[in-house]
Amino acid sequence: MRAIGIPILSLMMLAGLTAGSPSCAEDAAKSCDVPAYLLTSDSPLSRVAAVIKAGGPLNVLVVGSRSSTIPGAEGDAYPARLEAALREKLPGVTVNVSADIAPRKTAEDIAPGLSKLAEEKKPTLVVWQTGTVDAIRSVDTDNFRGALDDGVAALQKAGADVVLMNMQYSPRTETMISPNAYIDNMRVVAQQHDIPLFDRFAIMHQWNESGEFDLFRAVHGVDLAKRVHNCLGRALSTFMIDTARINPGEIRIQR
Amino acid sequence: MTSVADQVIGAHAGAAAHGIARSTPAVSIPVAATERELRLDLFRGLALWLIFIDHLPPNILTWLTIRNYGFSDATEIFIFISGYTAAFVYGRALLDRGFVVAAARILKRVWQIYVAHVFLFTIFLAEISYVASSFENPLYSEEMGILDFLKQPDVTIVQALLLKFRPVNMDVLPLYIVLMLFLPPILWLMQRKADLTLALSVGLYALTWEFDLALPAYPNGVWYFNPFAWQLLFVFGAWCALGGAKRMSRILSSPVTLWICGAYLLFAFYVTLTWHVPQLNHFMPRIVERWMYPIDKTNLDVLRFAHFLALAALTVRFLPKDWPGLKSLWLRPLILCGQHSLEIFCIGVFLAFAGHFILAEVGGGAGIHFVVSLCGILIMSGAAWVFSWYKQVAGKGGSRTKSADGDADLAGGGA
Repeated sequence: MRAIGIPILSLMMLAGLTAGSPSCAEDAAKSCDVPAYLLTSDSPLSRVAAVIKAGGPLNVLVVGSRSSTIPGAEGDAYPARLEAALREKLPGVTVNVSADIAPRKTAEDIAPGLSKLAEEKKPTLVVWQTGTVDAIRSVDTDNFRGALDDGVAALQKAGADVVLMNMQYSPRTETMISPNAYIDNMRVVAQQHDIPLFDRFAIMHQWNESGEFDLFRAVHGVDLAKRVHNCLGRALSTFMIDTARINPGEIRIQR
Repeated sequence: MTSVADQVIGAHAGAAAHGIARSTPAVSIPVAATERELRLDLFRGLALWLIFIDHLPPNILTWLTIRNYGFSDATEIFIFISGYTAAFVYGRALLDRGFVVAAARILKRVWQIYVAHVFLFTIFLAEISYVASSFENPLYSEEMGILDFLKQPDVTIVQALLLKFRPVNMDVLPLYIVLMLFLPPILWLMQRKADLTLALSVGLYALTWEFDLALPAYPNGVWYFNPFAWQLLFVFGAWCALGGAKRMSRILSSPVTLWICGAYLLFAFYVTLTWHVPQLNHFMPRIVERWMYPIDKTNLDVLRFAHFLALAALTVRFLPKDWPGLKSLWLRPLILCGQHSLEIFCIGVFLAFAGHFILAEVGGGAGIHFVVSLCGILIMSGAAWVFSWYKQVAGKGGSRTKSADGDADLAGGGA
């Protein structure tokens, strides 16, 4: 099986050697550290690059399920954090991030409406977060891949760059949900369309291993969720800028 | 304990292969005529350990599992060896006692595996009910949707009994149940026309890929291990047991095979390496990627099957059956585990659940992960030792024929 987050396994030994007990992990600074290779992609984001160079407006649309929001604290979910991080890193560029959240919808449910959504909102970039509901319902992976294929093609046809985002790393449900086949298929579709894949699963796994966040433990309240989403938003902003081959320093000089 | 029996089956294997009478000398036999094939037990035990480690959250020991070094993994080893041993033991019963008795014994075995599956499902239900009532984290409100099916246990439990609802990590036993269910006709035909049986199996495999044959699952989707595809490994194992391995020995010892296998394993290793070290992806031609991915586990991708064949060929070549290491004390735990595969498989799945539970309560940390994995393996080995001890003690009281009957258990082997 090309299994459990294979790419991140390479880091696990290192992480394993350095990770201490949970209590010491709590004290560690929340630096949102992510290995560089998870924050870049060889596939281009040409429209994003062009728009940023022109000074905006950079319209990002997040299409996702419930893990793209925090119930009761939408303003602290990663789409909003992404907007804040992008504005901070790209001064002088108009940035708008909006989110279209459809809970309990599989990729097959979402894909047919993407074309219309893109025409309405005219996004520069669509971040399509999907796979969780499909994995929960163990949707046939061929159908899943077909839906991704159609959805990405429709978005590209509508003139948007596309980033695929896979599911959260969720250690507590590991014995109940098997995300690997869906992660693999998302990677395949990303390769076929030459679009970047934001590997949320590997990144969160990395955070859990390094002790940045303890994702195993039961938590009351939304504090942990807010901090994780903040880091995800920052990571996604770095990923976008790096993949679009933008040097924020140069932009600042031009302005 | 098995010497007489093995000689008999050996003779039959030879007879089946050559299509002549029972008097075929036991020399022309693929397996040792006087002793159990310890390599089979060894690798089945190894597969059990690897399956256990793969079912736990990733930790340092995960690095030892073969799926990190190529396409195939422990499941292939397991199904192949299960086919091999099942054909070996029940093939003997088929010749000695006739089709009806052998089929009845196989069905009894199927029932045992089914009961084991239901037992594991019960533990699974307890585990997720615990998670549902104790785990709270707004970050994962979406993932907790998996627990919705607890709201209608009537449907869920019936679907589980029908083998349509199969939680994560519990896909192997249903596959094994279906494969064993069809073993009687497979064996019957195999003893008459071995190559025809294998050809039919390959044909079914091809049809599966052509027409997307699959068994439906609940709530949707299909069986994770598609029996229409995975039967190929099982039947191939049976074919090897009944003389195929012997006839392939010329091919297996040829240097050309060695080079092809070596080259293919290297290629697979390199591809796997690109998953671990994404930077290497630059050196992977896109065309190869498009042709190769996804490597389908559900339908036993040809790449996986070929990888298993290459591994098996090299193993048979470099690990002779009379290798003294097989008798060593260090490999004893593995061999014992392999000899009680169904029990050890169930214990392994249970321990994986328990391991998750401990990790959840005590908190993560690589050190604890490692200790949990190691304890699991020790418990599995200890249990296997107890089973062996009991069998020996119980066997001393029984007659010779009875102990030969009891030997059928060795053909079992969950997953």
